[in-house]
Amino acid sequence: MRLVLVGTSHHHAPVELRERVALEHDAARELAARLAAGGREAVCLSTCNRTELYLAADDGDAAERDAVAALASLEPEVEAALYRLRDQAAALHLFRVAAGLDSLVPGEGEILGQVRVAHELGTTGAVLDRVFRQALHAGRKVRAQTAIGESPASVSSAAAALAAQVFGELGGRRVLLLGAGEVGDQAARSLSQRGAEIELVANSKTGRDEIEAALGSVDVVVAATSAPELVLDSATVERALGVRRGRQLLLIDLAVPRDLDPSIHQLDGCYLYDIDDLEAIVADTLSGRRREAERAEAIVAAEAAKFHEWHASLDVVPAIASLRARAEEIREAELRKADALLGRLDESQRRAVESITAQIVNKLLHLPTVRMKQAAAAADGVLYAEAVRHLFGLGEDEGR
Amino acid sequence: MAELLFWPALLLYGEAAVGYFGEARRPGIAGRAATWGVRLGWLAQTALLAVQAARRDGFPWGTWAGSLNLFVWLVVSAYLIWGCRNAYRLLGLAVMPLAAVLLVVARAGGGTGVGGSSHYSNLFLVLHVGLVLVAFAGFTLAAALSGLYLWQERRLKQHAATTLFRRVPALATLDALALRTVAWSLPALTLGIVVGAVRLVHDRDSLDALVVATIVTWLVWAAYLALRWAGGWAGRRAAYLALAGFVLVIVVRLALPASHFA
Repeated sequence: MRLVLVGTSHHHAPVELRERVALEHDAARELAARLAAGGREAVCLSTCNRTELYLAADDGDAAERDAVAALASLEPEVEAALYRLRDQAAALHLFRVAAGLDSLVPGEGEILGQVRVAHELGTTGAVLDRVFRQALHAGRKVRAQTAIGESPASVSSAAAALAAQVFGELGGRRVLLLGAGEVGDQAARSLSQRGAEIELVANSKTGRDEIEAALGSVDVVVAATSAPELVLDSATVERALGVRRGRQLLLIDLAVPRDLDPSIHQLDGCYLYDIDDLEAIVADTLSGRRREAERAEAIVAAEAAKFHEWHASLDVVPAIASLRARAEEIREAELRKADALLGRLDESQRRAVESITAQIVNKLLHLPTVRMKQAAAAADGVLYAEAVRHLFGLGEDEGR
Repeated sequence: MAELLFWPALLLYGEAAVGYFGEARRPGIAGRAATWGVRLGWLAQTALLAVQAARRDGFPWGTWAGSLNLFVWLVVSAYLIWGCRNAYRLLGLAVMPLAAVLLVVARAGGGTGVGGSSHYSNLFLVLHVGLVLVAFAGFTLAAALSGLYLWQERRLKQHAATTLFRRVPALATLDALALRTVAWSLPALTLGIVVGAVRLVHDRDSLDALVVATIVTWLVWAAYLALRWAGGWAGRRAAYLALAGFVLVIVVRLALPASHFA
């Protein structure tokens, strides 16, 4: 069975084109079911960055034509922006997608869930089920063994990642938000998504006492006001440290001009990051992700090689099964012929003869089986399978 | 036999120590190899201790060097609880070089061989030596956690952009783990000292330098707990105090005369 991929992504098509071939879940399920007609398998992976059709079919060319036609029916212009991959290249592409290596921001984590959903919505059989499961495994492995997905790609996610670096799990951690603008709101949302709770959103009407009281209990301060002067000075924070009993305090200053006194950073247990610090982290993130991507590529390549080995072995599996069936048939026939002689043996002796003959057959067939699978992985599998069929006369009985 | 087990243990601990330096420079294979070095080295040392126990009628680690051998095993055992997790790998940077060096010192003192004897009862040695060493192993781990805390805190204070690319536990986690480790270790040291004191009174012996240093060590770690629970200490100050306590642990283990073990 051939594995076929036809699709387009942010590398090949602008958003105006991609959005016209993007599919909701129901539409993706229906398209996969339609393409899977006639004993094929099909999965439709559609995200904001890509729409890809994966098919497994005996006739790869026909499957590819149908996939191209299906996408062109959504938007004729997309045909020029489609890529077409087969077998190992298609599997490697899917593994890279699942690992986030083909994403706009390398290592982004959302794609793994999208691949999982696509797999669930697809009409799968042995091949696509295997390739998607292995892709998900590769994606999880990359995330577990590299730091590619751990670094933030935006200022607000950098703030949340820093908070996690200071406090670990953010569940139950409390946040003081100074300013109610959009910038601070984004950072607060990033923190909330990790489990932090917003204790107080302070604006120009909030009293100093209320802010000082909050400083004693919160873990993170996010400042993003449009005030022309400092909103929080070092002395105020130092007073709050008295009631904090050594607990760490992370302060994120997203405002320009700055809201927080830079000397707060010198206080014991206080970590102040301003917009420049966060942007430096985000900039470094991309180079760091590229470094990690090299390691991720090696993991993905190893997983793709495993899939290739399995997929190639499918070509020789029927020949191996026929060979073993034929050998077993001969063994049983010879035992029946010798029945008169074996009839004199007691039950345990008969079992021993059965066992010995079975072992002889297994040992004789072991090496040819292994060699055929190896040859399959090296693309000679079909030739070997044909040779075995010819040498052992497999399938000739039906013709007689 | 003991000789055959000592060398694999030492080589694997040494490999782990080097591996963790590699992990600090570039996380990945070096760290995983180091973790396996710790696991296999620990197994080799466990087998070494088992051989020592089998060849002796009494408690085999009652000597100064023998107790050092057991101490190394306890430290590595304590490290293994956390060290196998990715986030805690860099703890090995502090623990494994120390373990390898102390194992060499233990061997130089004859603590990794078989034979030797003590006139003390087994029960006394198991309680006194065992409890004190368990406590010291805990303090060593607490000091390693505190060292990692200071390293990570420094990176955060420096606004190091690569801070987020290091797999290091969160500051608050390191701080809490160090406190919890000391909270479990101090009662063990207290009991170990009490058992020793009972023997001291019974034998009408006098205090030696090691006993005094051990009591001072107890005072420092007790102060650590008191300051953290009642004084509101945490973070950097507590970490420095833990390192000071660890210096005393090393002094007690290495720098004082072995006469106490006679």
